[in-house]
Amino acid sequence: MSIQVENISKRFGKFQALEPLSLEIPDGQLIGLLGPSGSGKTTLLRIIAGLETADTGRILFHGEDVTRVHVRDRRVGFVFQHYALFRHMTVAQNIAFGLEVMPKASRPGAAEIRKRVSDLLEMVQLGHLATRYPAQLSGGQKQRVALARALAMQPQVLLLDEPFGALDAKVRKDLRRWLRSLHDELHFTSVFVTHDQEEALELSDQVVVMSAGRIEQVDTPQTLYAQPDSRFVLGFLGHINVLQGEIQAGRLSQGDAWIGLPESTLPVGEAQCYLRPHEVRLQLTPEAHAHLPLRISAVSLIGAEVRIELEADGWQSPEPWEVGISHAQYNEWQPMRGDRCYAVPDVGHLFTSEAGEPELIQWHKKKTQKSVERSVLQQAVGA
Amino acid sequence: MSLAITSAISLNPGKRVLPGFALSLGISLLFISLILLLPITGLVVQTAGMSWQEYWAVISDPRVVASYRVTLWAAAFASLFNGLVGLLLAWVLVRYEFPGKRIVDALMDLPFALPTAVAGITLSALFAENGWYGSILAEVGVKVSYTPLGIIVAMSFTSLPFVVRTVQPVLEDLAAEDEEAGISMGGSDMTVFRRVVFPSLWPALMTGIALSFTRSLGEFGAVIFIAGNMPYVSEITSLMIFIRLQEFDYAAASAIASVVLLASLLLLFAINLWQAHYLRRIHGR
Repeated sequence: MSIQVENISKRFGKFQALEPLSLEIPDGQLIGLLGPSGSGKTTLLRIIAGLETADTGRILFHGEDVTRVHVRDRRVGFVFQHYALFRHMTVAQNIAFGLEVMPKASRPGAAEIRKRVSDLLEMVQLGHLATRYPAQLSGGQKQRVALARALAMQPQVLLLDEPFGALDAKVRKDLRRWLRSLHDELHFTSVFVTHDQEEALELSDQVVVMSAGRIEQVDTPQTLYAQPDSRFVLGFLGHINVLQGEIQAGRLSQGDAWIGLPESTLPVGEAQCYLRPHEVRLQLTPEAHAHLPLRISAVSLIGAEVRIELEADGWQSPEPWEVGISHAQYNEWQPMRGDRCYAVPDVGHLFTSEAGEPELIQWHKKKTQKSVERSVLQQAVGA
Repeated sequence: MSLAITSAISLNPGKRVLPGFALSLGISLLFISLILLLPITGLVVQTAGMSWQEYWAVISDPRVVASYRVTLWAAAFASLFNGLVGLLLAWVLVRYEFPGKRIVDALMDLPFALPTAVAGITLSALFAENGWYGSILAEVGVKVSYTPLGIIVAMSFTSLPFVVRTVQPVLEDLAAEDEEAGISMGGSDMTVFRRVVFPSLWPALMTGIALSFTRSLGEFGAVIFIAGNMPYVSEITSLMIFIRLQEFDYAAASAIASVVLLASLLLLFAINLWQAHYLRRIHGR
């Protein structure tokens, strides 16, 4: 079932939770609402569910106006952030609730309910826990019960409020994968809220990035990452290194630091260059197109890459810089805290005006070890 | 470093981290002994002078037995009434915002603050046949003052805060999400209240009703002014104890008191056991 959000806005007292906004959610998609807390994503989800009423605008399910339809008649499955399982009921009783409270005319018989519940329990792989109480379950199990309960009435829309927020990293990853396969299998339309960019990018068909009650950008994860529209989106999707300076004589410079800009760049004064950690290399000497002296403040060896945290040396950066280098490069170079080095950007996003899209800058790129490997790999795959 | 080592050595391995255990437990036990156990012991000592036959004769005296019946029934009705009204009041105080809410909330404790004798005199004046309420009720043929009905009124007045104050915090803690979940699955308001909200309130409500009931069993001041105190009809057990005391028959007074005490203790104990069982399920221990 497709969902249309038309011109929806919401105000809580003096706080404008949602500016008037519109959104199209095609049938069968899995949509992530991504944003920091207070960005209005949960409010939007609750308005779609009917748990909250909007001040203006309409909600349409499959072209039908449901704005004035009560939540109990909208037939949406809603999964709450803290599961909201009924503590005094067993797992099976929790799942059966939605079926048992259906009006007599449409309610399935007791045997049918039992069968549906046991099917759902199988689906969430919790058949052996049917008679347990919620307090006896782990967080991941509770969340799966909550999902089974929401799916019991076979809703065509499934809404999830921070579904994995309260779980530890490992369980979260498993559940994420499981939800994705469940979605592909059952083909409902799902909307989930998250503040975790990794979760949103991995799970969603489309990501809706929100901030301060507005929609910043709606795109597929690939496009969103490759072509972020604004400072906010770029800054929200992972760590970002910023050089804030002034454009003079074809350079963006501040203190000892500068980056060479393409000749077409207009000298507009204040500007920022946003650089992602993997778009920057670290070297012991500067290159012709950039001079960014840095001092190493921390080295983190955990993960696929070695993460180096750096402080600006001879210029100002409000946040420390972060650059990832390969373990091979780390072993060869052996950087230590306090060492000096230079950042060399390959790709950058230049913001010249207050609002507006960034200009993508690509510098002449030396063939690094990585890119050589990648081209060899591509040839192998192509052949 | 050396500091850490010496302090580690001087630490007694069995010592608790939280301080003050021995002192606070000691003072608590002393107070329980002085304020609770000693008077109860006195009660037992008073009755110890009696033989079993004498004891039985005192506590099974027909007039006393009639007073048990009156007290128990009146306390039962009063606490059930309080269960309903108290739940409603707590609900209104937690769920809705209205002008004067703080004042209503403060008024809830008035029955505790008011001397019970004052409550009794006021209630009997109000409900007397020429009183404000009594005159209206008399027209429909209901007599409250000086009847067992008056006892119920006095008992429910003095013990209402027990229900309100036990249910209120539980209702405040109740997650709105649970109700929203019930409603989003299609439950009607009534179904959600009956199957989701009420089971969570149930233990607190039962505690409130039980406290209200045991308080009513022992109520004296408020009741005697409105009860009329007619033998076999509207005499409560506390009054029987008072009468024995006025006759300087301390042993008999203690004997009757011991029955009330035992009944209250058994009830409180039973409620605690039941509640522990119920809560174990919810908290999963």
